[in-house]
Amino acid sequence: MSPRRTDAGGRIDRLRTIRFTFDGAPYTGHAGDTLASALLANGVTLFGRSFKYHRPRGVLTAGVEEPNALVTVLRGEVREPNIAATMVEIYDGLTAVSQNRFPSLAWDVSAANQLGGKLLSAGFYYKTFMGPAIGPLKSTRFWMFCEHFIRRAAGLGRAGTAADSGRYERMNAFCDVLVIGSGPAGLMAARAAADQGARVILSELEPHYGGSANWSGETIDGMPGADWAARAAGQLEGYDNVRLLPRTTVWGYYDGNTLAALERVADHKERPGKGEPRHRYWIIRAKSVVLATGSFERPLVFPGNDRPGVMLAHAAERYANEYGVLAGNRIALFTNNDSAYRSGLALKKAGAAIVAIVDVRPELSSEMRELADEAEAKILFGHAVVATEGGKALSGVKVQRFDMVNGALAGEARSIQADCLLMSGGWSPTIHLASQAGAKAEWNAARQAFLPPKPTQRWPSQRWIGAGAFTGSFSTAEAIAEGRAAGLSAAGGTGVPTALPVVEAAPGGPDPAPVFEIRANGKSFVDFQHDVTAEDVRLAHREGFVSVEHLKRYTTLGMATDQGKSSNIPGLAIMAEALGKPIPEVGTTRFRPPFSAVSIGSLAAERFGDLRPQRLTPMHDWHVANGATMYSAGLWYRPMIYGHPGETIEQAYVREARATRESAGIVDVSTLGKIAVQGPDAAEFLDQVYTNMFSTLAVGKARYGLMLREDGLAFDDGTTWRLGEQDFLMTTTTANAGKVMQQLEYFLDVIWPGLKVHVTSVTDEWAGAAIGGPRAREILAACVTGTAVDNATLPFMGIVHGKISGVPVIICRLSFSGEMAFEVYSGAGHGAHVWEALIEAGKPFGLVTYGLEALGTLRIEKGHVTGAEIDGRTTARDLHLDWMLSRKKPFIGSAMMDREGLIAPGRLELVGLISLDNQPLNGGAHIVEALDEANPHDSIGHITACCYSPALGKYIALALVKDGKARRGTRAHISDPLRNRFGPVEIVSNHFFDPDGSRMHG
Amino acid sequence: MLITCPYCGPRDVIEFTYQGDGNRERPQPASQDLDAWNAYVYDRLNPAGDHNEIWQHSGSCRAHLRVVRNTLTHEISSVAFTRGDHKVAARHKAEGKS
Repeated sequence: MSPRRTDAGGRIDRLRTIRFTFDGAPYTGHAGDTLASALLANGVTLFGRSFKYHRPRGVLTAGVEEPNALVTVLRGEVREPNIAATMVEIYDGLTAVSQNRFPSLAWDVSAANQLGGKLLSAGFYYKTFMGPAIGPLKSTRFWMFCEHFIRRAAGLGRAGTAADSGRYERMNAFCDVLVIGSGPAGLMAARAAADQGARVILSELEPHYGGSANWSGETIDGMPGADWAARAAGQLEGYDNVRLLPRTTVWGYYDGNTLAALERVADHKERPGKGEPRHRYWIIRAKSVVLATGSFERPLVFPGNDRPGVMLAHAAERYANEYGVLAGNRIALFTNNDSAYRSGLALKKAGAAIVAIVDVRPELSSEMRELADEAEAKILFGHAVVATEGGKALSGVKVQRFDMVNGALAGEARSIQADCLLMSGGWSPTIHLASQAGAKAEWNAARQAFLPPKPTQRWPSQRWIGAGAFTGSFSTAEAIAEGRAAGLSAAGGTGVPTALPVVEAAPGGPDPAPVFEIRANGKSFVDFQHDVTAEDVRLAHREGFVSVEHLKRYTTLGMATDQGKSSNIPGLAIMAEALGKPIPEVGTTRFRPPFSAVSIGSLAAERFGDLRPQRLTPMHDWHVANGATMYSAGLWYRPMIYGHPGETIEQAYVREARATRESAGIVDVSTLGKIAVQGPDAAEFLDQVYTNMFSTLAVGKARYGLMLREDGLAFDDGTTWRLGEQDFLMTTTTANAGKVMQQLEYFLDVIWPGLKVHVTSVTDEWAGAAIGGPRAREILAACVTGTAVDNATLPFMGIVHGKISGVPVIICRLSFSGEMAFEVYSGAGHGAHVWEALIEAGKPFGLVTYGLEALGTLRIEKGHVTGAEIDGRTTARDLHLDWMLSRKKPFIGSAMMDREGLIAPGRLELVGLISLDNQPLNGGAHIVEALDEANPHDSIGHITACCYSPALGKYIALALVKDGKARRGTRAHISDPLRNRFGPVEIVSNHFFDPDGSRMHG
Repeated sequence: MLITCPYCGPRDVIEFTYQGDGNRERPQPASQDLDAWNAYVYDRLNPAGDHNEIWQHSGSCRAHLRVVRNTLTHEISSVAFTRGDHKVAARHKAEGKS
């Protein structure tokens, strides 16, 4: 039998034993255990080392607010750090490890940090990483070297490097009433709303419904609370209009009652079921929301309050009642309120000895005295705990007389032997979601807590109703009444006078004494996860940080992954005391999403992995079958090279590009954006859209066009074909297809609604193949029927209609490669057929297929621009395209393109570069006039595209260089310290090859 | 946030693309008034309250809409086609294109 497992009780399945490891040691637990409860049952009290001081830490809570017991869960190569052990359901084979310790959890060298506590006080990072302002180390590299080690010493879990193998999915849901939290209030609300016929979703972040009913030991409707909750949830499962979401944390409350939730579908299993995701991201749009999120118990702040063995009172009660685990055998309690008495009695009943109840209050009610008597506990009222004793585990506490009016300690400190100290500093409603929804919390002096405000009409789209402990009504009877009322109201129903379930509960008032801290010697922790002490808060105040928002950022209080769920109010109270102001004047920080940690994978969901959409061209299967290495470009997949066995990428593209210039090459251009621009005013519209003239274009001819943005910078380029008087086919770059379409629609819908033009995206309707090279025309002549393709019939920029292998095609003679070239378009359904016919016809002529790499090489040799050069910062002049700027008409961007800064000297202009050391150049490398490898500076530009040019037999590149045109014929250097590539280059014109275009004109 | 498209009904904001401040006035295409162009391209009102905006229902019917949205509460008080031509909507509806 485990040393701390009780003989009976709890909601675990004692017949099922589960094996897992923690830090390599094997342990067993039972089905229903969390990692925290199972380790506690095995007598483990040391769970991790703290953030800054590497102090030993145990488990503080039993739920989502846990700041101490953070572990890394390993699944194969994938590691997930900073998971609360209280939220990990154990399964066979679970592998968890502790964090922030070296070399081991029990013996940690950095624990020496706590000896230098002053050094790591509030604002440590701000003070330290600014570096010494004076002295020999001022702004030195030595200081940056030290920073690396200091940063490594502090911290929590380490992220893994293996790709996340988990699958994630996203789900949209709609409902009339979303009930968040399934404690007694939430269960009642869901039932009441469902009975009204409303579509209800009930979410619960834990595996079981019932909340506090599962462990409070109370009786509801004559049965144990846990049984009542199970029955109520079971009844809800029978409703068609109710959806139950266990293990689901609602983490964000957004505009228009849109809520975000994370469902942990498979984390509690050895592996997900078939087709099951690991996590599911829910986007829930609710007509109204019932917030039944309960409350968090607060710790008290006193020296040594972080020692393993110190725990929140309700957490120990929960471990005993829900998991059958005793947090200790000799237990002391320290409280400022009544709720801890019930916890003490529960532990007594579970088999522990309650050695003392230390209460800061000078007087106690007779009910509390009776509870203490029943627990056989000695009461020390008007006392406080001033220290804890022990090493990595608690051995005792020191108590002293305490005056809660002035905080003074008096008399001798006495030691009490105990292996567990339970503390309770009162309760804070979990108002996070209401705060996210824009509500400003209101301080309630009696409850010593921020309560949610009444929802106002200021945010008409945010309709929520609170119930239970969330509203500061801490008793189960109140929760049940408020829950039903909230459910009815949310569903738009009216009250039916039926009897409410009857609750039998221990007595106790809801209001704590206004005591948050016991000031005595030693480190008293406020924020356990970030190692922020009460003294840090006072230091921040002395240094002038008086706003709560500044305090938070300077001390990092509440900024750890637990987001201050347990530390927020004690921290505020200490700050308020330092300022000499009441707490409501200091105010609280605004809670923001997420409520608790959210997996990034769930947010990315279908955008990655096997659910991500793919766009494939009609010839895709042919490419794959013929040895293409596919390359992902946006959602498209395009051939990068068609490599032969044993070829490198460079060898493959050089072979493809060379063959194209020597005989002929063919490339799939189906991904180019294609937009049908049609209507009586189409030509006039295109004159506005393009910088050059299209109304003068003859039917059956194409023209290269350039578009600017409204601010005068270059936007996109492509050819537009006039198929009829009122019928144009525009092509755009692959990347900008969507943006150009949107720009055209915007101008037609918003700016010139009077123009009779219709634009239609036809990208997916047409398959395109570009065939170029000295023998391209012969290949077409061999397979095209119905039209001649000679120079007279098909001149440069001419268009003809014909057939290939029985399929109608449009052929336009235009060239991106600089060769005699043709683009052949056919209906997408016939794309593969036409492509194969062209390949077959090309065989006698040495036709090769080429991919993106060779396409890039051919265009770099010609000095054509693409998105790398049209980068949103360059003008038409910068790219030497000013010959396309018509002076005869206005166009989009014409008024703004001549602004001072856009025509001033010193702009980056397009040039060509030739590597003079015959070594490859790198995209993104900087260009400098004088080389200084140790201290690179004074960049005059950068490389946008590079390749080995088979036509020139050299490594070349396109680059944007300051006053580039004037530098042609001069030398410079590339400076690429990241890839350690430095070397001389010659600056030349971007038109490397066949500058007068004799090859394409034929 | 929901935008009620006159063609498609109430739809989530995820289906829409913000197409800019609806208060901008584009100068005549041939205008050489640089100040007016500058105001059109760069000047924005950024009001705390009702704001006149252009949204495109890019994930569905692709119509451009003039939307009045409260920047403090995200309340939308009106939605209309930028073309201002409700006959278009009616015709499309009749033709079953909505």
